[in-house]
Amino acid sequence: MTGYLSNITSAFATTFEALSVTFSHLFRTPYTVQYPDRLAVRVQDTLPYRYRGILEVDLEICTGCLACERACPIDCIVIDAVKDKATKEMILRRFDIDIAKCMFCGLCSEPCPTGSIHHTREFEGADYSLESLVKRFVRVPVAAYKPKKTGEDDAAIVPILERGMRYIEEFATPDAGAGKGDKAA
Amino acid sequence: MQAFIDGLIGDASGLQREIYYLVGMLGFGALVVFGFILPLAGVFSWLERRVWARMQSRIGPNRVGPFGALQWLADGLKNLLKEDVIPQAADPWLFRIAPYVVVTGFVAAWVAIPFAGPLIIADLNIGILYITAVTSLVVIGILMAGWSSNNKWSMLGGIRSATQIVSYEIPAGLALFPAVLLSGTLSMQGIIAAQGWQPWMWHMFHSPFALLAFLLFFTGLLAEGNRTPFDLPEAESELVAGFATEYSGMRSLLFFLAEWGNLYVIGALVTTLYMGGWQVPPFTENAVLLTLAQFATFVLKTFFWVFVAFWIRATLPRVRVDQLMSLCWKYMVPMALAAVLATATLMVVFPEGSAPLRYATFAIVVLAVLQFFRRVVFHLRRARGMGWTIAG
Repeated sequence: MTGYLSNITSAFATTFEALSVTFSHLFRTPYTVQYPDRLAVRVQDTLPYRYRGILEVDLEICTGCLACERACPIDCIVIDAVKDKATKEMILRRFDIDIAKCMFCGLCSEPCPTGSIHHTREFEGADYSLESLVKRFVRVPVAAYKPKKTGEDDAAIVPILERGMRYIEEFATPDAGAGKGDKAA
Repeated sequence: MQAFIDGLIGDASGLQREIYYLVGMLGFGALVVFGFILPLAGVFSWLERRVWARMQSRIGPNRVGPFGALQWLADGLKNLLKEDVIPQAADPWLFRIAPYVVVTGFVAAWVAIPFAGPLIIADLNIGILYITAVTSLVVIGILMAGWSSNNKWSMLGGIRSATQIVSYEIPAGLALFPAVLLSGTLSMQGIIAAQGWQPWMWHMFHSPFALLAFLLFFTGLLAEGNRTPFDLPEAESELVAGFATEYSGMRSLLFFLAEWGNLYVIGALVTTLYMGGWQVPPFTENAVLLTLAQFATFVLKTFFWVFVAFWIRATLPRVRVDQLMSLCWKYMVPMALAAVLATATLMVVFPEGSAPLRYATFAIVVLAVLQFFRRVVFHLRRARGMGWTIAG
């Protein structure tokens, strides 16, 4: 008999309490993130600088050294660079990256001397055909970048190079300060 | 309503009069069904998803129209355009008819539902009994759907629905009797007329027993309407979609139309029997204004109970079949019987009604509501301590 009555009272008490909990949720802000269109800040901009998103190449500072092509474990980078006999310049005729193949390991961006090939924070690669996922950076053959001994003075290239060098510093050596300290010791 | 059509018909007589009358009634019925019930069920489907989502810290549908308010139109259109699949092994006739039986059972209840003083399709003198009777037609439709689908889940859903509705008719039917006893009539308008506009003059505050009967009535109606925590017939996690598993397109939509439209019927019944219906203070002589105020009052009260149904759905988990039966037969039926007998006894002891008892019951409810908001504030404070942001 006591069990019967306590069942009744506990049914009322627990329902009452549960209703108050759910009602209080009406005054809490929802957790939902309304990706992709209703966001105060794009998701890409909230990602860390070293996020390994879709690859990008700054042709202005690419030296045509082929280090990235050799580093790529699945050969998704294809570079066609030839030396111009007359001007002794490297001419880039083709620089393709197959993003559909790429596994975002970051091995290509590590050996790059100028930080030309680098990961962006872009990750939205959905498209209607596989073909359009092959990024072709060279449309018209261009001369590769040649580092100057006196330092860069072309105003158009300076900021790009600065970005590249910063990228190398922050991306290629994850323990930037500590690593150097270890070598010194 | 009858008088209104009589006025329109004028001096026609004989067969002509009957035909006019039929056309008028059918026209008005179609107007109510398409102009009120369909949009209402649709809006409820959207409101439910919004309320439910907010209670689970989500947002809910908010893309179609302002705040997603046209989501139901998009859903309805989608279902209309979908293919109507009839399984090969199904009983084709029963399978086709079942949704219409369900909808008929639910729409028929609207005949006796009041909206305001002069606004009711037909003020039957057995109004409440009529509603209880016709809504039972829904069971037959659900059983037909379950059996004709020729599918184990549908069959189980249909059987569960039958058990559930047949069982809960009893406590719900008993729990409506205190209100009937207090008003001395079964007519919906008569029951409302027996109550006052002041909250403490409502039937639910007549005595603690009337309050108990009111709670049992609401719970019983939730069970009859297949609402959570009693949504066993279409328990998603157990029976796919129960009796509606094999249905697609418009036929499936009709079941949901009945389910959501039924919410309004539940709210309207509770409002009529225990919450004073459309009673408003006599603030004006203007008949139109008074009718509008009554309509607004009734709809507001009804929407409150619909909201409570959403709220309960977001709160309580589904009961098991044995729990469902034990709750009905071991707890609700004896309590409902006790409430009826106690109300009858009180009416003999206090033929004029006992004012102290009435005020005491009202005070209990007011205190419970205050305690409820204290608990809500407590939970909000605790949530803020745990890092939630509280919206204004």
